[in-house]
This record gives sequence, structure tokens and C-alpha cells, in this order.
Amino acid sequence: MSDPASHERLVEELARSLAPIRRLPGPGWRALVWSSAVLALGLLLLPLSDAAALQARLGVPDLRYAALGAILTSLAAAFAAFQSSVPGRSRAWALLPIPPLVLWIGVSGLGCLRAWLAPASNLAETGEMRGCFVFLMGVSLPLSVLLAMMLRRACPLNPSLTAALGGLAVAAAAAALLVPFHPHDATATDLAVHLAAVLIVVGLNGLLGGRFLEGTTGRRSVATAADTDP
Amino acid sequence: MSLAQAAHSGRLSVLQARSVETGSIATMPARSMASSGEGSLSTAMQAAQNGDAAAYRTLLRDCVPVISAMARAKGVQGPSIDDVVQDTLLTIHRARASYDPARPFLPWLRAIVQRRAIDAMRHASRRPREVHDRIAYEARADDGPLPGHDLDVRDRRRMVAEAVAHLPPGQREAIEHIALRELSLDEASLLTGRTKTALKVNFHRALKALRASLSSSKEGSDV
Repeated sequence: MSDPASHERLVEELARSLAPIRRLPGPGWRALVWSSAVLALGLLLLPLSDAAALQARLGVPDLRYAALGAILTSLAAAFAAFQSSVPGRSRAWALLPIPPLVLWIGVSGLGCLRAWLAPASNLAETGEMRGCFVFLMGVSLPLSVLLAMMLRRACPLNPSLTAALGGLAVAAAAAALLVPFHPHDATATDLAVHLAAVLIVVGLNGLLGGRFLEGTTGRRSVATAADTDP
Repeated sequence: MSLAQAAHSGRLSVLQARSVETGSIATMPARSMASSGEGSLSTAMQAAQNGDAAAYRTLLRDCVPVISAMARAKGVQGPSIDDVVQDTLLTIHRARASYDPARPFLPWLRAIVQRRAIDAMRHASRRPREVHDRIAYEARADDGPLPGHDLDVRDRRRMVAEAVAHLPPGQREAIEHIALRELSLDEASLLTGRTKTALKVNFHRALKALRASLSSSKEGSDV
């Protein structure tokens, strides 16, 4: 049954290897740091955007609210991901991104009606949509890597949930960063492309990020346990 | 509230239990036991974050019975409990930077234990198992002690230690040498410089006093 000697050995080993460690800042602060990196990336890309078109696009209420929804979703999902990476925090934080997500997806969905309501709208062409997709993926990659590295420093006990929330944060941030470069108004096909990109980013983060984060929580394999136990 | 119940409800004074086990049972001041608790665990973890190996060692040792009780309460059985204890200790070590001393320690620990307990049960359920007599297998009682058994034992020791600490010095000395260290009257007499008769008298008075003090308290009635 209980094996106090091996516990004692492990405790001794851990105490011997103890080194002072810098306490992790709170989830709010870490989410803010990551969001600042997103903002920095946005500012870096800003000179490449068409400012006049951006201004005109932000004049349309549903596009404006969709951008706001994406930004809020990104912030909320990043905060929730950092919360879920700390043991003992409520899992209810995972629900935090839902209201802004509803705003983002809902208002973006209004764009679907644009083709019927305003036939004169500037609709997307296949080449442009491919450009959007590539942009979303290209921006998501560095943001995902940065977020995963930051999350790894804590102890995500539920790596898949943390990684999926991180993926949502990244996808929403990429969508928000796309706004200044979006060459056309939203349509159903456009929304589908964006949605596919978001799902791919969330899915990949959940799948790969989950495994990446799982290796950080100090779990040892059974083989290792058998080696160290008498 | 018993120690095992406290472990489950999150109000456990683990250091309190530990100090009884390691300290001199007769001479330990009762006050030091009452002052420890959740705050002590947070303080010990904070010290560990700052690199205090001694505090960390004590903290981890104190955590072992608590982890074990939490794992049992979660449904882990048999040798898997040891795996959960060790995995949890490793996770505590890995995740120690994520602990915020402004928050209580036990919810942080419980989250780790529960995750490791789930991992252990998943692992156990994947292991192939051949069962010839299904009903006998399912009806078999677990050989191990009940959940919180170790903690109950420590709880009782704590109460005895408190009662002994309140005895007059002569009686405490007699109980310490004759009952706790199991010395003979001759050896105890040699050590203390008292006569055997004095020791006997003190011993019997101490037993009477202990019986009275332990049976008077509600918690002490089962000791």
C-alpha cells in the first residue's frame, strides 16, 4: 500500500533541487502583456493598411461592432486562458469569452445579409478571400507561439481547455488585426472563410497546444515512476 | 471537526498534525499547534518560492497525508494512491511559481490532486484486467485503510498531546517515560532521579487526570 520511504526520497530530492523562483504575475497582467504584443504587431502592420478605406469601413455600424466584438473576444479569451492555466481557479472563467463571441459572430453574420440588402457593396473575390485566409493564418502563428510559451510558464491542469481558449484569443486577435487590411465588405462566403480560419486556429491550438502544455505540468510517466520506486 | 473532515472541507491544519508527529509529544506547547493552519501553508509555500529548502521539505511532507486523503476521497484505490501522491508532489514543484500567497493554499493543492487523481484513474481503467469471478471482484472490500485514516490517527495523537501538555510537570514526566517511551520503573527512576514510588503515584494520577480530561471533551471520548 502506502510507500512512505519513496515519498520521503522524492520530497528530499525536490527540496534539494529547490531554487528561488520568480512568482508569476496574475492572469490579468499576463493577458495584458500578450494583448500588448498583439497591439504592437497591429501598429507594425498599420503603415501597410489603407487608412481611408478603414475609416469608411468603420463608419458602417455592423463592421464596427464586429471589430469591437473580435477585440473583446480576444481580451476575454486570453484572460480566461491565463486563468485556466493557474491551479485552483474557477473553471467558470472559461465562459467569459462567450458574450463578446456572440457579439462578434452575430454582428459578422449580419454581413451575410449585405449581398441581398445592398447589392452595390464591394463583394469579395476568390483571390482576395485567399489573401484574408493567408493573413489570418500568418498572423495567428506567431501569436499562438507567444501565447503558448506564456501559458506554459504556469501549470495548465486542463491543457486542452487552456489551449482552446488560447486559440480563440489568437483567432479573434487575428480577425481584429485583419480589419485595417480587409479589402471588401463582409459576405456569407467571406464569413465562412473567416470562420474556417478561426476554427482551424482554435482546433490546431487545442490539439497541438494541449500536447505542448501537457508536458509542462510535471506529470511523470509510469515507466519513470517504476524506475524511481523501489 | 476531525482532521479528515477538515482535509475535505479545505480547513485543514496540516502543520498542526505534522508537528505532533515529529515534535516531542509531551513537551510541545499546545499554543503552537493552535496557531498553525492555512496561513502556515501559504507562508511555507511563499518561503519555498524564495528558495527556503527546509520550509519546502516540511511543506511537502505535510502535504503527503493530505494528498493521500484527497485522492482516496476522489475514488483512487490501492497502489495508485502512491502514484497520485508522487505525481502531485512533482506538479507542486513544477507549478510552484503559479501559487499566489495572497490566496489560500489548499484549493490550489486540491485542484492539482484532483487532476492527478483523474489521470491515475484513467490510466488504471486503460490497464487490461482479467476477472474470473466478477461478483466477488466487485464485492471485495478495499484492503487499505479508510479515507482519512492516517489523518484521524494524527488527530487523536494531537488530542493526547494536548492533554499531556496540560499535566503538572511531575505527572507529565511519569507519563512520558513510562507510557510513551515504555521505560521500566527502574530506568525511569534512574533518568529522573525520583523514587519508583513517586513515579508510580505520579503515573496513576496522570492516568486519572488524562482519563478525566479526554472523556470530558466530546472529541476525546473515542480516544
